[in-house]
Amino acid sequence: MSAATDVVEEVKEKKSEPLFSKKNRKLISNPLDIDNPITVQVLGICSALAVTTQMKPAFIMALSLTVVTASSNVAISLMRTTIPSRIRIIVQLAIVSLWVILVDQVLKAYVYDVSKQLSVFVGLIITNCIVMGRLEAFAMGNKPWPSFLDGLGNGFGYGMILMAIALVRELFGGGSLFGYKVFAEIGIPYQGNGLLLLPAGACILLGVIIWVQRSLNGYREAH
Amino acid sequence: MENLINIGVRSIFIDNMIFAYFLGMCSFLAISKKVKTAFGLGIAVIFVIGVTVPINWLIQNYVLVPGSFAWLGPEFASIDLSFLQFIVFISVIAAMVQLTEMAVEKFSPALYGTLGIFLPLIAVNCSVLGAALFMVGRPYDLAEATVFGLGSGIGWLLAIVALAGVREKMKYSNVPGPLRGLGITFILVGLMSLGFLSFLGFAL
Repeated sequence: MSAATDVVEEVKEKKSEPLFSKKNRKLISNPLDIDNPITVQVLGICSALAVTTQMKPAFIMALSLTVVTASSNVAISLMRTTIPSRIRIIVQLAIVSLWVILVDQVLKAYVYDVSKQLSVFVGLIITNCIVMGRLEAFAMGNKPWPSFLDGLGNGFGYGMILMAIALVRELFGGGSLFGYKVFAEIGIPYQGNGLLLLPAGACILLGVIIWVQRSLNGYREAH
Repeated sequence: MENLINIGVRSIFIDNMIFAYFLGMCSFLAISKKVKTAFGLGIAVIFVIGVTVPINWLIQNYVLVPGSFAWLGPEFASIDLSFLQFIVFISVIAAMVQLTEMAVEKFSPALYGTLGIFLPLIAVNCSVLGAALFMVGRPYDLAEATVFGLGSGIGWLLAIVALAGVREKMKYSNVPGPLRGLGITFILVGLMSLGFLSFLGFAL
């Protein structure tokens, strides 16, 4: 009985709410700025620091994560009423790892060199806190379409920071962009700053990016 | 024996999970505000990594490796289950974490009270799955894998306790507003990581 009324309500709401209502657009735009998964929610740091020495792997990584987050958000959201809450973590992990296996196989088939470069980090998308965090915080309590948008938005927010870090690290660390030797082409002799290629450089760089972003949007952390 | 000590020292200092690979950063940053809780979480991580790495080693070498079912007969020799690696490893880890949680709840309610919320978090601590995946990539035997797991856990504990110590003192400093909290913590971790780089000079 109650399940039937649930369905009716859902259909009604879908009719009254346009596909890209203001609320839904916010789901995509918020993670880019004031609710960014990396700089505000502190999720998914490990991979953000490890795969950003070059633009290409960073881009592939961001794309894979967006696919996994969006699709597992939808899957969990569809099943949210039937999952028993005591074993929800293991159910979520199982679904996420299914998607990660798919992504991993696709990467191995089409971009083998990048897949080799990313090594364990594709597998580590399973334990990427962004995926689990969004499943717990959003998909367990919302309908599939908003969950899909939320997954996309968080994937883009993650990708944005990833690309920003990778841009600085590859340009000033290795003197190239997407493998294209920028400085050598213009004719400027540039040796490359080795510190930026180390994980330590990435960490300090991320700290500075957070500093800049928070100065711009006025976000402050309670002490 | 000497080999085991080498692997242990390597995994604690040189290949430190946090400062060399940046694995397990999420809980590292979130739970490093107080030394006491940081230490508790560190102990739990040591236990979980120390147990799951050998278990995953056994599964990898006796179930997942291509041809591991050859003893059942020649028609089973071509079975290759290695594509199931991620899902098997993460299930072992999640199950171990659940078991640890139940055991701690049963035998030491006081510890459970302090650790309660952090225990389930270990399942999604990347350093646990990361250690399992690194172990596959290196030619370890069972004893070496166990030492590697324990060493990685101890390295993680060292790192989180060190950061918590610094952050406790940070409270009394005047940090610029936008940099306060996460920003300064990242810069700190970067500087600490530079310090750990000096271990690279050791030839083992």
